[in-house]
Formats: sequence, structure tokens, C-alpha cells
Amino acid sequence: MRKLLFFMPLAVFLILGVVFYLQLGKDAQYMPSALVGKKVPEFTLVSLQDDQVYTHKDLPDTPYLINFWGTWCPACHVEHPFLMELANSGVPIVGIDYKDQKDLAVQWLEQKGNPYQVILMDEIGNFGVDMGVTGAPETFVVDRSGVVVYRHQGVINAENWPEIKGYMK
Amino acid sequence: MMLIRNVFLSIAMLLSLSVIAQEQMTFSSELNKTRYQSLVEELRCPKCQNQNLADSGSGIAVDLRELVHQMIEQGKTDQEIVDYMVARYGSFVLYRPQHSTATFLLWYGPFILLGIGLLAFISVVRMNRKRRGRDL
Amino acid sequence: MFPEIGQFSLILSLFFALSLALVPLIGYWKGNRLLLETARPLTFIMSALVLVSFVILSLSFLTDDFSVLYVAQNSNSQLPVWYKFSALWGGHEGSLLLWVLILSGWCSAVALKIRTLPEDIGPVVLAVLGVVCVGFLSFLLFTSSPFARLLPDVPADGGDLNPLLQDFGLIVHPPVLYMGYVGFSVAFAFAVAALITGNLNASWARWARPWTAVSWAFLTLGITLGSWWAYYELGWGGWWFWDPVENASFMPWLAGTALLHSLAVTEKRGVFKSWTVLLAIFTFSLSLLGAFLVRSGVLTSVHSFAADPTRGIFILALLLVLVGGSLLLYAIRAAEVRSTVSFGVTGREAWLLLNNILLTVLTLTVLLGTLYPLIFDALGLGKISVGAPYFNSVFAPIALLLMVFMAVGPLSKWHHTKFRVFFKVCSISAFIATLSAGLVVYCYEFDFIAWLSLAVAFWVVFLSFSDWFGKVSAGTKGIIPRARQLPRNYYGMLLAHLGLVVTLVGIVLVSVNSHESMLRLSPGDRATVAGYEFQFDQMEQVKGPNYVASKGQFTAYKAGKAVAVLHPEKRFFSTRQQVMTEAALDAGFTRDLYVSLGERLEGSAWGVRIYVKSFVRWIWLGGLMMMAGGLLAALDKRYRKRAGV
Repeated sequence: MRKLLFFMPLAVFLILGVVFYLQLGKDAQYMPSALVGKKVPEFTLVSLQDDQVYTHKDLPDTPYLINFWGTWCPACHVEHPFLMELANSGVPIVGIDYKDQKDLAVQWLEQKGNPYQVILMDEIGNFGVDMGVTGAPETFVVDRSGVVVYRHQGVINAENWPEIKGYMK
Repeated sequence: MMLIRNVFLSIAMLLSLSVIAQEQMTFSSELNKTRYQSLVEELRCPKCQNQNLADSGSGIAVDLRELVHQMIEQGKTDQEIVDYMVARYGSFVLYRPQHSTATFLLWYGPFILLGIGLLAFISVVRMNRKRRGRDL
Repeated sequence: MFPEIGQFSLILSLFFALSLALVPLIGYWKGNRLLLETARPLTFIMSALVLVSFVILSLSFLTDDFSVLYVAQNSNSQLPVWYKFSALWGGHEGSLLLWVLILSGWCSAVALKIRTLPEDIGPVVLAVLGVVCVGFLSFLLFTSSPFARLLPDVPADGGDLNPLLQDFGLIVHPPVLYMGYVGFSVAFAFAVAALITGNLNASWARWARPWTAVSWAFLTLGITLGSWWAYYELGWGGWWFWDPVENASFMPWLAGTALLHSLAVTEKRGVFKSWTVLLAIFTFSLSLLGAFLVRSGVLTSVHSFAADPTRGIFILALLLVLVGGSLLLYAIRAAEVRSTVSFGVTGREAWLLLNNILLTVLTLTVLLGTLYPLIFDALGLGKISVGAPYFNSVFAPIALLLMVFMAVGPLSKWHHTKFRVFFKVCSISAFIATLSAGLVVYCYEFDFIAWLSLAVAFWVVFLSFSDWFGKVSAGTKGIIPRARQLPRNYYGMLLAHLGLVVTLVGIVLVSVNSHESMLRLSPGDRATVAGYEFQFDQMEQVKGPNYVASKGQFTAYKAGKAVAVLHPEKRFFSTRQQVMTEAALDAGFTRDLYVSLGERLEGSAWGVRIYVKSFVRWIWLGGLMMMAGGLLAALDKRYRKRAGV
């Protein structure tokens, strides 16, 4: 009994070692979204193209992506061509023009093309907060029943797309 | 003499006009200001490495600070504001983890350890007393 | 050519470290004196080789040799020359080389003093240090060589040092902190050598004590400098953030403090022998754990180095070998040790045991809070944050309890103290402390916690001085000769204890009596914060060696009289395209004025943060006192004697 007591520190250390080993190589920055498993929050936003009012009821009823972007965001420039490819292959994308100016956004779409089914303006960023967005670009995968199933922070590209696509059911 | 004094007075008045220094955020009461300060210190900026909302200069921290300010002025309670943040950004944003079964050890572990330590202290001292009894 | 010599010299030093780790141990087991005696020269050669490569890397920095990848990443030709030198430890590779240099420095210091040890133990101590050196040298060589070249495409200029680190604080903070961290390897080596040789008597504690005190003093200074640096450089006036990286330096400090005290008991009374050994291993393990947390990327922190999983694996393996190995040895050997000395509940042994229990609980509390998010995530429970509010509410009460006992301990005598001795002085002190704290709190309208903390502070001060006075007034000689006769060890303790009180007072007053305002100001505007009137005089553009800055001028008035002129800056570093806030402060014994520029607003207006912080300097003043106390204790005359004399 007394002997066992002296092995305690070693045992505790080894357990901690296993925890450390499991955590190594994980991306410590990775943040799961608090919205996964929940419906897309309610909103009333105006669309960029035709000034129509949209609510959450107007969202697609097939699996789709919600992509937060803005002309002020350098990474969005990098991401844009890949979004065009996705749109061309038939992936429905709802764009949220996040904390941006309308004229700049219109100009951007004219120059680079429009990958979005619909673009909603979130000028103050309130819808962004409701979605738990921390910056742009940020992309959510929403399933058939309107539930958020995945969130990706940062640029979508050919490398990480297969994983994200896996959630589109 | 009078004239000079008048000139001085008017300069002083001009100066006092420019004295109006605006707080960047205005609160309806001192209590609200204190609540704001303690809330933004306890909420973590969701994008930053490891900073609270008060200290971070990132865009999202500025937005969330303003949101906290608005909610306080709208009369929301601290708990409502915290719940609002957790619903959107997860419990990750709380620097004071919520009490739950999963955080039981975190909150009470130190005091359990303290209890064990005091028990160890008593037993060592009692063992010593026995030994002393033998020695004498 | 030179960087290759540096690399080669590191490889050679690894070979010498390997021999240092093996040859004396073989000598010990074979009883071969010749092999034992190699330990000293091997240590010196190994250290000299590390020094050579350190000098070469410094030269590469000073001569802007951007063909060296590490130099190209962390320096720039525009950088002022002192930052070129300190940029050496601005990144992972170089800071690890600094770590190894300091480790080999400690080894050489032990080798120089080896004659104070018995002939067969000294070399074993050096061999254990050799094992530690092998670990860190191979970590440096195999995963993070600072001498890797960028050939043939040598960049025209370097990527520059992170502007946050271009500061006096960074020149001094890491070397001092590492002196402390690494210094605990010496206590560890003594403990493990005692386990290996089976000499678990009180003598190892006596040898380890001054080394531990010196490392503890360095770590105290390092943490103090780090806190001071964060306060003035990060621009929001905080002095401690409970960030994982800060905790990584705080945990070895807490454990090291416990070790200092338990070494005293083990040396003087021969009790708690196995516990002290465990504590020495624990303290060293926490230093290693700190290195792991900072360099492996498992935790997010403002201060961590660029993450690299292979480095993480390597340190984890290092931890497994050094810590796992020594704990295994401990489990096998320590169970055989039994104390024979007895003590009563009022004896000094009991008080120091209580000290150790509380300090260990505090260390484990910080460990728990720091690792909980990691364990939480590993168990798949999601992500949580454990920050200042947690530590303040859990750590503070236990720390306050410790300080209550801290005052009583020194009054006690070894073995047994008469109850009457305590009762009189303690009750008087408690009475005075409660009242005087009450008076302060009443006058300044502080809260209950402030009252409690100040009462504890007064309590420690009264008891410490009455203890000192009791010691010097006893006997027939005059007070001054008696005061001179008290050992340095005693004064070291007194100074360190009072230092902790000074820090406590600083913490309490700055937290209950700080004023903060975030204002929108244009040049010409005035604002009043906590009785001080701040006038925003002007804004100008200035050019620094490697940045351009908007520099404001503020004049602070108290009762119409100008008391300080402050120049906060917003600096733009072009090489890294980074903006840095350089806060301006007017330091004072009872208060700091602190002005920091925020965002530029419309027109000529700026967002400005103004703080008035009471007694914030006391936090670091206390740190300096604790450091001085540690050094004073290490300089006690008893330690100068040779073994067996």
C-alpha cells in the first residue's frame, strides 16, 4: 500500500502525457460553431441585387452554403475564384455581404463574377453576430431541413472542399 | 488693467469650451459602466489568441463591445448578455466557465485538494505524536 | 562558413554531453575514480562549445548574415544594434539555444563548485545534468537548428523582429527567466543523484539549497520583469493575465518556493526527505512542462511560439524520459526512506509542512486551470476557456490563507514551540492588523476583500518585525550587534516575506483603486480622470529607426499644477506592416498615470485610454524584494564551507 503511494506521481504524469499526446497536432485555433445542430437564426435582410426583403423562410430547401464575405477582406479575394468554380458545378451559395459598402460590393461582383444565388446585405454585422461569425471569409453548411451542420473559418479551396462537401446532405 | 483681465477671462472661457472631453461610450449610470467594464473583461474575444473583449483591438471585439454596451443600456441583465454570447459563440467565450458536472473538478478540485492536504497534515502530525510517545 | 562552424560546434557539444551523461555513471558503478574525474573537464568542454555556437549566431545577427534562415526571419538591417543582438532569442530556435547556453552555464557553475561535494556524488550530479543537456541539445539539433542556411537565394533583407519584441523588456526578460527555469535543473540533478547513490540523507538538501535559492531569485526577477513588460508594452495596463504562458512560469515558481522551504526542513531536521526529493523533481518537471506548452502549440496564448507538432512530440518524449524516468526511480527508491525525527504540532516542521501543502495546492490549482481546457477538449467535451475570473476566485483565497500562516511560521521553534509564545504576540498583532486595515478601508471606502487582504498584510508585517525585535532584544548585547549576528539566511527570509506583502498591497490597491477612461479627444481637449486633468496638447508625426509614428503629447495637471508630460505613440513598422501601440506612463511610488492611443477617429480626434493606477509599482517592488531575499539567503556563510569540514 505504502509502496503504491510512491507510484502515484508517475501514474498521474503518464495520464497527463497521454492527454498531451492526443492534443498534439490538433489545431488549437479551431473553433467549432455554437450553431451546429441548430436552425439558421431568424433574420430580415435586404438583398444586394434587387433591394428585396428576405427572411430565413426564403432560404433554399436543398443543402446549401452560407458564405460571409466583404470587399475589405483580403482572403475573400483569394477565395472568390474557387466559389465561382463551385457555383458553376451547381453548389447553391447564399452570400452575406458582411460589414461592407453596397457600391463596392456591386463593383466587385461586376469585375469578378457572382457565385451567389442571392446576396444579402449585413451592413452592421448583426446577422454575423447571430451566426457567431468572427471575421470573413466564413462558410456554413446548411442541410435540407435548414439546420447548420458545419462551419468553416477561412478560405475554402480545393484542398478542404472535399471535407466540407461531405456535410452537404 | 480691466481690459487685460477681460481678455484673460475670455481666453479662459474659450479654453473651457474646448474642455468637453467625450467618453467614447456613454452610460446612463455609474452602475452600468461598472457592469460593462466587468463584462468585457470576463468575455473572451472569439477570434483572438487569448484576449478578453476589453483588451482586444480586433474588429469583432469592437463590435461585441458595442453590443454589450447596447444590451446593458437596453436593460438586459448580465446573465441575459452572457447567455446571448454563449448561444452564438459557445461557452468558449466565457473566461469564467459555467458550473456544471463537467467543470465540477475545475471549480471544486482545488478545495478538495486543500481538504486532502489538511487531512495529510493531521495524519502526519498524529503519526509523529505516536512516535514521540514511543520515544519518550 | 561561420554558421557551419556553429552547427559543428553544437554537434560536438552533443557528443561531449553524451559522454558526460555516461562516463561518470559508469565510473560510479565500477568504482573507477578516473572515470568519475572526467565529469568536470567534460562539462567545461561541452559548455565552451555551446558558447562558441552562441557567439557565432550572435555574430550572424550583428553582421546581418541573411543567408542564415533564422537571422533572415527575425532580423532586419534597419534594426537598432541592441535589438539585433536580442533578436537572437526572439524566435523558437534562438531562444532554445539561449536555453541550452544557460543550462551549460549552470553545469559549469556546478562543476566549479564540485569540490564542496563528496568525491563520488559530484560527478553523478554532473552526469544527471549531462542527461538533461543531451535532451535539450538533441532537441535543438534535430528539430530546430538555428544555423539552417538559405542558399543560394540569399534575401536582400530580413523579415524583421516582431515589433512587440523590440523593447528593453525583451532584451532582459527571457535570459533572466531562463536562468530561473533552467536553474531548477540543478536541484533536480542533486535530487536524482541522491536517488541514484542512495544518499538520501539531509546532506543533499544542504548542497541543493543555495542553488535552489539562486534559481528561485532569478525566476522571481524574470516573472517580475515579464509582468512589468506586459504592463507597459501591451497597452491596456494589465500586469497579469493568467495566460497559459504566464502560468507556465508561475507554476515552477510556486513549486520552487515550496522546495526552498522543504529543503530547509530536510537540511535542518532530516524530515520530509522523500517529499523534498519529489518536490525537486516536480519543480523541474513544471519548467519542462512550460517549455512544452509554449513550444508545442497545444494551447493558444498571446506569447506562444509558432507551433510545430514534431517539436511537440520531441519535448513530450523528453518529458517522458526525464520526468518519467526520475519519477520511476523515485517510486522505487523513495519508499525505503523513513524519517526518524519527530516534531509536535507547534514545531516549525509542522508550520513548514503546512506551507508546503498550501503551496502545492496552489501549484496544482494553476496546473488544473491551465490544463483543464486541454483535458476537456481531449475528452471531446468541447472548448472552454479558463481565465482570470476563475483564478482570482479560486487561487486568491488559498493564497491569502498561506500568507496568514506565513507570518506565524518564523516565530516557531524547531521540534516544539510553547503555546504561550504564539498566543500573546499573535493576538496583539491580529488586533492591530484588523484595526489598521479597517481604518484604511474606512477612509478610502474599499470593500471587504480589500479589508481582509490588507489585514493579512499588516499581520505579516507586525509579526515579522516583532519576531525580529524579539530576536535582537534578547540577551545582554546591544540591539545593533545582535542584529548583525543574525544570519543572512534569516534576513533573506524576512526580506522575501515582506516583499510578498508589498506585492499583495500593490495588487489589492491597484484592483480596488484604479480609474480608467476611454475618451474621444482632439488636440486642445481636456479630460479629468481620478482628480488628474489631462490635456491633449498636440499630435505630431515622427520617424524612428525602422518605423514611423504618430506621437501625442499630453500634460497631466493636479490641482492646476503640471505634474507630468506624456508621449504615447502609435508606431507603424513598414517591414512587417504592423501597427504597435506605445503607451506613455508617468511612474510614481503611489500612482501611475498611463495614457495609450487607440484608434484614430474622424477629424483630428483620437480614441484615448487614460488610466490612473494606485500603487501598481508595489507589485514589482515586492518582486525585487523577494529576489533580493532569495540571493541574500543563498549567500549565507554556511554554504561556503567545504564538504566534511
